[in-house]
Amino acid sequence: MTTVSTVTEPTLDRPARTRAPAGGRWREPLLGLLGLAIVVAVVEALPRLGVVNGRFLPPFSTMARALGSELATANFWTALGQTLGGWAAGLALAMIAGLVVGVIVGSVPFLRAVTASTVEFLRPIPSVALIPLVVLMYGSRPQSALVLVVYASFWQVLVQVLYGVADVDPVVRDTARSYRFSRWSIVRTVVWPTALPYVVTGFRLAAAVALILEITAELIIGVPGLGRSIGVAQSSGAVAQTYALVIVVGLIGVAVNASARAVERRVLRWHTSVRRDL
Amino acid sequence: MLDVDGLTKTYDGHGRSVEAIRDLTFHVGDGEFVCVVGPSGAGKTTLLRCIAGLLDNSGGTVTLDGTPVTGPPAGMAVVFQEYGRSLFPWLTVRRNVEMPLKEKGLGRAERAAKVDAALASVGLRDSAGAHPWQLSGGMQQRVAIARAVAYEPRVLLMDEPFAAVDAQTRAELEDLVRRLWRELGITVLFVTHDIDESVYLGQRVLVLSNRPTVVLEDVPVPLPDNRDQLETRSSTSFTETRNHVYELVQTAKRGGRPAHAG
Amino acid sequence: MTDLPRRVLAALGLPIVLVALWWVLSAHSSSFFWPPLSEIVAAFPRTWTADPIMHDVLPSLARLAIGYLIALVAGVALGTAIGSFRTLRALCEPTLEFFRAVPPPVLIPVIALFAGYTGWTAKVITIALGCVWPILLNTVEGVRSLDEVLRDTARSYRFGRTSTLLQVVLRGSSPRIAAGARQALSIGVILMVISELFGANRGLGAAIVQFQRSFAVPQMWTGIILLGLIGVALSGLFRLVEHQTLAWYRGLRQAERGA
Repeated sequence: MTTVSTVTEPTLDRPARTRAPAGGRWREPLLGLLGLAIVVAVVEALPRLGVVNGRFLPPFSTMARALGSELATANFWTALGQTLGGWAAGLALAMIAGLVVGVIVGSVPFLRAVTASTVEFLRPIPSVALIPLVVLMYGSRPQSALVLVVYASFWQVLVQVLYGVADVDPVVRDTARSYRFSRWSIVRTVVWPTALPYVVTGFRLAAAVALILEITAELIIGVPGLGRSIGVAQSSGAVAQTYALVIVVGLIGVAVNASARAVERRVLRWHTSVRRDL
Repeated sequence: MLDVDGLTKTYDGHGRSVEAIRDLTFHVGDGEFVCVVGPSGAGKTTLLRCIAGLLDNSGGTVTLDGTPVTGPPAGMAVVFQEYGRSLFPWLTVRRNVEMPLKEKGLGRAERAAKVDAALASVGLRDSAGAHPWQLSGGMQQRVAIARAVAYEPRVLLMDEPFAAVDAQTRAELEDLVRRLWRELGITVLFVTHDIDESVYLGQRVLVLSNRPTVVLEDVPVPLPDNRDQLETRSSTSFTETRNHVYELVQTAKRGGRPAHAG
Repeated sequence: MTDLPRRVLAALGLPIVLVALWWVLSAHSSSFFWPPLSEIVAAFPRTWTADPIMHDVLPSLARLAIGYLIALVAGVALGTAIGSFRTLRALCEPTLEFFRAVPPPVLIPVIALFAGYTGWTAKVITIALGCVWPILLNTVEGVRSLDEVLRDTARSYRFGRTSTLLQVVLRGSSPRIAAGARQALSIGVILMVISELFGANRGLGAAIVQFQRSFAVPQMWTGIILLGLIGVALSGLFRLVEHQTLAWYRGLRQAERGA
């Protein structure tokens, strides 16, 4: 089994790192909060002390107030829903497409060999290159964002799925074949469990990229959503509101990253424990 | 030469403290070969890291030639157990050996001569251009030894250096270390968990107790300087010493401690 | 090496087929959005003459290069500092998580508040600010996860500060730094384009949008293709550099996997 790591040599287990000097387990989270507090304090102080013009960077309290009044408007919640909806729809489509194409292409050596160069060529094409095209075709309708989101995140998923399927142990696959497993059950019992960690990694990468493209489409093309709200706020001179919305988008990004990582950790833990039992 | 006097080490963290080493005292004379054995978890590596100046001790002193050790001292080289991790994977074998000499400020010609000599002495002249990960485990450990040798230390510390190589390679490396010790006249402190190895290599074997660690007994090894894997290991004095050390380690495992220490 | 022709065929086969398909299927296209490929190809040399290359393409690439290099230097420097000190890392981590998570394009309206959005400075700042986070965070991770035995080795052989930093810490973190730099490169290309869509000016992105707005569809397509080629070329260049500098890392990984 090449996929099972051979951790027999004592050289490979790392000794526990020399850990936490003092302060216990609350030390790091508290320091982190302190760091955030320092940033907030600096943002509050800079405009108040006149270091930065308040028209460019309002004090944090002003941003917070603007955020508060934003949260009270229906428009904000509609925009938030549109952004999250567009993100989720694009991500879901990219996941499905990436999985299907990845498993098929990855499982058939001929397809794999033939498509490798094409994938390598298409992948680095910046998705924003498609902006003019989608603008012509869909204007500022949500489809514009959808195309960009799906295009950008599809490659992330596809490449990971291809890695994952390639990681399947040929011996295991041959064994399954010699017991006359059907094609479908080979995929289900052999390919899928091996590829799963890669799929989850692809999901994490795609989730982040999808959010970037969704916001980009809203901001640049004017697809309804928080990105457009930011653009509108900025061009109408509502500075505090602009910052408030940027903070919201950042928090969404944090939430997306954190939950994708949580999913990844959960699936991977399950995965390694299963493999250890084998 | 090397004096460890009343050394203690306590790890603090997460609200509790662990006493790893309690009151270790011993002396290693100039040019001696001393082995340290003890049950696993006896703090052998902690001791070695304290002596190497990689870890601050909690009490007591380590002195090298009368100078207290507070950081890694000059004239000391360490060979770690994890050969694969102590060699720089981005450098070739030659550059790995050369790197500490560069840091010492030696000139190019002098460096080249020392590297060549060191690689030749461990039998790796032909692998100078390879990267460490292209070599077998035993060869990687030879590189680490060559690096130490080229550095021309007065004291060589070795932390279970052969724990991860196969038996055959291990015997070869043991003889290599013996030979280098005799040729170079350096002082060697060799930590191992292998009782046979400690008796075969050392002039003295320090047996450590369980944690918190003290010296259980300082066992002299009544073997001639000329040792041989077959002859020495089958001699009576080897077997007797080995059995004595074995029993001491068993005592240590059961929590036995010397009469005079807590 | 008998299978070389076969490998060349495998590599070129599908792209040739796809381009041929595009050519044939679009040959008699009357669709406004999908002009015949022959028309696009014919438009290419007419569109990207010396003038737009000098005044649109090269300035865009120059801005990308400057912004990216600033991000690389700043990200590695800050990342090394943060990665080396536990307390500093704990202090910065949540803040960095936040800044990393902000989708880079929203930097544009914020930067526009300060400086307007016409000159080079604002665009270069956008690119640098967008690229810096993946480099910074990966450097932190690389420095943090550097093998402690390597550190101990460097210490016990009394390596100096500078050479520990350059020869041990940065060399050891370089695979992670490269991973961050690669992510940053694709973000940089995105920002290079969309920074020009804001506040129309000259530049590759601006030129393409200009074609779109004036419904010069074949020209617009040439722009899309040019952008794609630039993306592919940049990633190829990156891989070339990575291939040279990280050869040891590939070997190490292979040796570990083979073990």
